[in-house]
Amino acid sequence: MLMFILRRLMQTIPVVIGVTFVVFIIMQLVPGDPAVLLAGEGASKDTIEAIREQLGLNRPLYVQYFDYLMNVFRGDFGVSLKNSQPVLEEILVRLPITMELAFFSIIITIVLGMAAGIISAVKPYSLTDTTVMIVALLGISLPSFWFGLMMMYFFSVKLQILPVAGWESILHVILPALTLGAGGAAIVARMTRSSMLEVIRQDYIRTARAKGLRERVIVYKHALRNALIPVITVVGLQFGALLGGTVLVESIFAINGLGRMIVDSIRMRDLPMVQGGVLVASLVFVIVNLCVDVLYRFFNKRIELN
Amino acid sequence: MNAENRPILEVKGLKTHFHTKRGVSRAVDGIDFTLRKGETLGIVGESGCGKSMTSLSILRLIPSPPGKIAGGQILFKGKDLVSLSEDEMRKIRGNEISMIFQEPMTSLNPVIPVGEQIAEALRLHQKMSKKEARDKAVEMLKLVGIPSPEKRAKQEPFQLSGGMRQRVMIAMALACTPEVLIADEPTTALDVTIQAQILELIKDLQTKLGMGVIMITHDLGVVAETCDTVAVMYAGNIVEHAPTNKIFSDPRHPYTQGLIASLPKIHEDQDELKTIEGSVPSPYNMPLGCRFASRCPFKQPICHERQPELAAQPDGVKVRCWMYTSQWTEFQQQEAVK
Amino acid sequence: MQAQAEKKLLLQVENLKQYFPVKSDSLFKPKSYVKAVDDVSFHLFEGETLSIVGESGCGKSTTGRAILRLDEPTDGKVYYSGQNILDLNKKEMRKLRGDLQVIFQDPFASLNPRQTVKQILNEAMAIQEVVPKPKRMERMLELLGYVGLPPEALDRYPHEFSGGQRQRIGIARALAVNPKLIICDEAVSALDVSIQAQILNLLKKLQNQFQLTFLFISHDLSVVRHISDRVMVMYLGKVVEIAEKKALFDSPLHPYTKALLSSIPVPDPELKRERVILKGDVPSPINPPSGCRFHTRCPFATEKCNNEEPALRKLGENHFVSCHYADELAK
Repeated sequence: MLMFILRRLMQTIPVVIGVTFVVFIIMQLVPGDPAVLLAGEGASKDTIEAIREQLGLNRPLYVQYFDYLMNVFRGDFGVSLKNSQPVLEEILVRLPITMELAFFSIIITIVLGMAAGIISAVKPYSLTDTTVMIVALLGISLPSFWFGLMMMYFFSVKLQILPVAGWESILHVILPALTLGAGGAAIVARMTRSSMLEVIRQDYIRTARAKGLRERVIVYKHALRNALIPVITVVGLQFGALLGGTVLVESIFAINGLGRMIVDSIRMRDLPMVQGGVLVASLVFVIVNLCVDVLYRFFNKRIELN
Repeated sequence: MNAENRPILEVKGLKTHFHTKRGVSRAVDGIDFTLRKGETLGIVGESGCGKSMTSLSILRLIPSPPGKIAGGQILFKGKDLVSLSEDEMRKIRGNEISMIFQEPMTSLNPVIPVGEQIAEALRLHQKMSKKEARDKAVEMLKLVGIPSPEKRAKQEPFQLSGGMRQRVMIAMALACTPEVLIADEPTTALDVTIQAQILELIKDLQTKLGMGVIMITHDLGVVAETCDTVAVMYAGNIVEHAPTNKIFSDPRHPYTQGLIASLPKIHEDQDELKTIEGSVPSPYNMPLGCRFASRCPFKQPICHERQPELAAQPDGVKVRCWMYTSQWTEFQQQEAVK
Repeated sequence: MQAQAEKKLLLQVENLKQYFPVKSDSLFKPKSYVKAVDDVSFHLFEGETLSIVGESGCGKSTTGRAILRLDEPTDGKVYYSGQNILDLNKKEMRKLRGDLQVIFQDPFASLNPRQTVKQILNEAMAIQEVVPKPKRMERMLELLGYVGLPPEALDRYPHEFSGGQRQRIGIARALAVNPKLIICDEAVSALDVSIQAQILNLLKKLQNQFQLTFLFISHDLSVVRHISDRVMVMYLGKVVEIAEKKALFDSPLHPYTKALLSSIPVPDPELKRERVILKGDVPSPINPPSGCRFHTRCPFATEKCNNEEPALRKLGENHFVSCHYADELAK
């Protein structure tokens, strides 16, 4: 097991370096010059050139990249082109907000998804099952920005029971977390259902019935534990999708998280900021994936040994 | 026959049908038998004859839909199991009637320690406390001959060999001292030396606990070694029901005769094995007459027209065949005249 | 069986070893191996049937696969008509596969579900180029006749047949290339007794008709008794006894063979016999017991059995056994 974790850790290093490289290249390919943006409209050529000189933007690309990479290893993510603040500082302020949002969203994904999946699986092909699965299908199909805006309109504008935007109280969390978690919940629901239906057919479920156990005990004690094994992987993957989703949701609900920071920085061509943000986001993703792999292997140990 | 030998389980005219897109499959189609206390009844037959469906029907474990008990009675100590509510039925399963299955590899829950899987039934049916049930589970593991039972009780099935898992299944089935044990091909998936151990164990525990055993198997060797009486099934019917020694020394039904003749013998050499020509009729499309008629070497026109009853012979052997009815000579003569 | 003098050696297996590495969880633990087949030697005469029996994990199927090089053996030699098969390159081996055919337990899994019987047989003949194209149709009908299937079967798919019929297709495919040796790996184990009898009769008939040699791998001793000339018993990757059928069944020498024979339930309630019920399970082949591998379950085991591995030695004509005490126990 330890070997496995170690090996998995080693594998993450090239992934992280790869991410910095890809982000760097993409930012270079995007049209627009950060120096021009910073100098503001109507600035003279000399001013722009001076800014470029000052920020080191006139050096060859590979030099800029390796310089950046070395700094990252030292924990120095550079300074923002916009306000000259250290990137890391800014990220450390924003990251907890995003993590909070992601945490509540994943909880919604898991709880809502699994509950719906179980309800469906217990009475397959019933009216409840069909309804839940149609809702789940909608959940997967609807774009989250539209869903978010609709919820905002309905709960905040019409009913006025929830705040429109911002990030202050627990009430502020509800709508964004729901928006972000809904799609994942739908996928988890479908996965849980099919996994449960698969497990229900197994011989050991028949054994449990032959023992005289109640259907409830059979579902929650005997079936669910086995059915969750493949669901773990899906939840892990959903967490990745969810991090991507924060970009949209934070923008819609005006939350000052990491996602919004990245979007704003892209708009500003604030290269170090974007790189730092994406790097941290991918680091989080890599760590989550690692955890999921380890968890999955732990649950699956017995199956592998067979 | 003394008072001890009263019937505990009586199956009368049991029919289990499956309603599928292809039509109605009559997997079990009107079977009757009686099981007495301490008796071992063998149900033999080839794949698809309905023997496993019979055993699942008794505990009402038929997957439904598409399966359904379409008729008949299952009298357990006078109560008809077919008409019990699901709640009442649950009190019988694993408590008064238990079952062990063919595949020890897949019949135990892979993520629950085996001790807990045994204790579960005890807490449910015997209202034992967690601790009592755990202790009793260890005791059961010891009873079925598992070494270091305390340690094993905490292990999960993947840590046990196939033979040990089947022992766990037996411990689980017998934990509440049931009056009837249904063993559905309990040794088919095991190696012969392990099979010998398991059969010995079942016999031994039966003597100790005095339960009635229904042994479902395709292996006539297992029947010969363990059963008191045997019911031979073919295409959803019992075609012959007799004491074990009579089945082997004097098989009546042409199918039973064919089945026994087609076995390779371990103690003698044969040049060629006897075979039964043809194949089993489809359960979706059963013939009107005797279901074995198309493969039977003795068939007469009557066999294709009407199905014979399972009728008792003077010596008590029951057989479903026109050959053993009083009309048989008549039929033959009619044919001769034609 | 043929007279002693006429016997011609067809296959000779010498010190065959098949080790499979076991995934290790730690960096530092030495790599361990499942010794599925561990130093097995035997020979096969032309036209005879040699059966390999034993319980799961004894290495009987692995031996069959190793001979066919379906898994590349770790060590050893397999001489076929005087030539070591294991030295052949891919092209030579492919040519030889026409001589060596195999029939598996599950005919359904070994027949391509998307091919008709015609395509299956055609492909077999095309690979080995045994029959020129224009004559293949004729040959296919002939093959179906041999295995007792109607000509209409040619245009049908495997799923349209019953288990016994599928096994007949598998046999027809094996016969298509005029093989000399057929390895039957649990070929009748999945079939109901009445169907099993049909297939066993068919195999015997074909053996006489085409002078086939069978290596018959099975766990079912009654079937083995019926079909074999000689029988080899394996336990945990080792040969424990080889003998002519009659000798092995009537006067087995190895305690394991005795226990195995007495464990089989016999369909005869009148038969009273002394039973040897072995204690415990078969040990893991990853760390097999020292000395005689059977000593952990043997009722006669001594200190010597624990320390010293018994060699396969001759006791009686064509009767070989690997037990330190076989001669004493026989008395």
